[in-house]
Amino acid sequence: MSRYTVQRVGFTLLALAALLVVIPILWVVAIVVVRGAGAINWEFLTTMPRNGMREGGILPAIVGTLLLTLGTALVAIPMGVGGAIYLAEYARDTWLTRAIRLAIINLAGIPSVVYGLFGLGLFVLFLHFGTSVLAGSLTLAIMTLPIIISTSEEALRSVPMEFRTVNASLGGTRWQAIRNIVLPQALPGIVTGVILGLLRAAGETAPILFTVAAFYLPRLPRSPFDPTMALPYHLYVISTQVPGMPEKIQYGTALVLLILVLSMNVVATTIRSYFRRRREW
Amino acid sequence: MPKIQVENLSFYYGDKLALSDISMDIEDRQITALIGPSGCGKSTFLRCLNRMNDTIPRTRVEGRILLDGQDIYAPGVDVVALRQRVGMVFQRPNPFPQSVYDNVAFGPRILGLHKGKADLDRVVEESLRGVALWDEVKDDLRQDALSLSLGQQQRLCIARVIAVKPEVILMDEPCSALDPIATLRIEDLMRVLKEHYTIIIVTHNMQQAARVSDWTGFFWLGKLVEFGPTEQIFTHPREKLTEDYITGRAG
Repeated sequence: MSRYTVQRVGFTLLALAALLVVIPILWVVAIVVVRGAGAINWEFLTTMPRNGMREGGILPAIVGTLLLTLGTALVAIPMGVGGAIYLAEYARDTWLTRAIRLAIINLAGIPSVVYGLFGLGLFVLFLHFGTSVLAGSLTLAIMTLPIIISTSEEALRSVPMEFRTVNASLGGTRWQAIRNIVLPQALPGIVTGVILGLLRAAGETAPILFTVAAFYLPRLPRSPFDPTMALPYHLYVISTQVPGMPEKIQYGTALVLLILVLSMNVVATTIRSYFRRRREW
Repeated sequence: MPKIQVENLSFYYGDKLALSDISMDIEDRQITALIGPSGCGKSTFLRCLNRMNDTIPRTRVEGRILLDGQDIYAPGVDVVALRQRVGMVFQRPNPFPQSVYDNVAFGPRILGLHKGKADLDRVVEESLRGVALWDEVKDDLRQDALSLSLGQQQRLCIARVIAVKPEVILMDEPCSALDPIATLRIEDLMRVLKEHYTIIIVTHNMQQAARVSDWTGFFWLGKLVEFGPTEQIFTHPREKLTEDYITGRAG
């Protein structure tokens, strides 16, 4: 074979490999849309479930997931971004910071159900938060932290050292460099990491299983100490636990979750590409 | 009195001696050039003058550097205030990825030097005029600093330094990334700036040192081999090593 043929064959194989990634995604989305689109209407999105969830809407699950994501954001963003700033900008390379980094990497690898059990033990039982939005948000926040910290730290480190040096040479403090130069430059990366982390939190079932999710609770939570339904768990319930469940409602629920998560993803991608275009170093 | 008096300065990176027993007097409102081959310590020396080496771990300074008679390495010296008095221009033009205006206003803002918007506007204009950049950018001060040419960017960086009203400006090979025309503009600028500022420039370009400086110091392997009026260094060097270097036989 001539080297040009080798190249052509190679490229074709690589293109096929890339294509193979796309197919399952399109397939999943297509199935969910085709089977679930019919279920989606105003009533489905805005009313309580009825008749053992076989009829009516999924409002409490939607609201629950939005509240949990919001709660997760409130806890995980300040802690995660703050931790990343400390690690990237202030911490010296000591055994302690190495241990912290190692812990973060390992946290990212822990199965989500373990977070669920941890949340049950710490927040629900030990701290007496009960099965509640608060306990669920905190559990999801802990699960999300490693993602936010590692992506934010990466974003901060990618800002050229030179800017910090110039700031120092003008008599600026470290914090002034961070506040005025580094953070604005790292923001798109941080925002992307935050949204990707929250996205994962919004879609997880296991961590909320024992900490917040209600099997069937046709009302909205009134305080952080109330339990709530949530989309991923609701989907699990109606797919496996309720006999005689109309398929349309199952796929409709899946479609709502998918749209929620995908739209967050689109927002993240848009923010990133918007800022990338403006960045010139 | 000299603006800066360096007395028996030695500098260590860990155990490695980078500067050995340097003594020199730097005159006020004159241009002092530091020449020598790569790794001879001239940049390290420059960074001792505004304590930029402080940020590098495991470094050590011996000896004294007096700025207007005050030791800048004495305990209790405010490094922030020192760096305001001794500004620095770097090798590569490095404006912040912000507007031209924000770049020049950066120093006054973080140091809280200005009184209100009008005052800041005035400082920005003065500084840009000071580096002969005002006429080129006055129509759009909001434009991204990185859209300027490299030569303009370097003049902007000098404007950013003079906006905090320093007394000394350190320049670390400020023209090495610039084309010959832009380089000449920076050199013209230096001749203007020396009326108000003490300038110390590290350069690899011996013609540049000969063209712009009043004093020249020749560094070799961490030692100051020879220091004197530029004309004398380039015409009648006392040391054989200096002569070999400036004539291209060594280095």
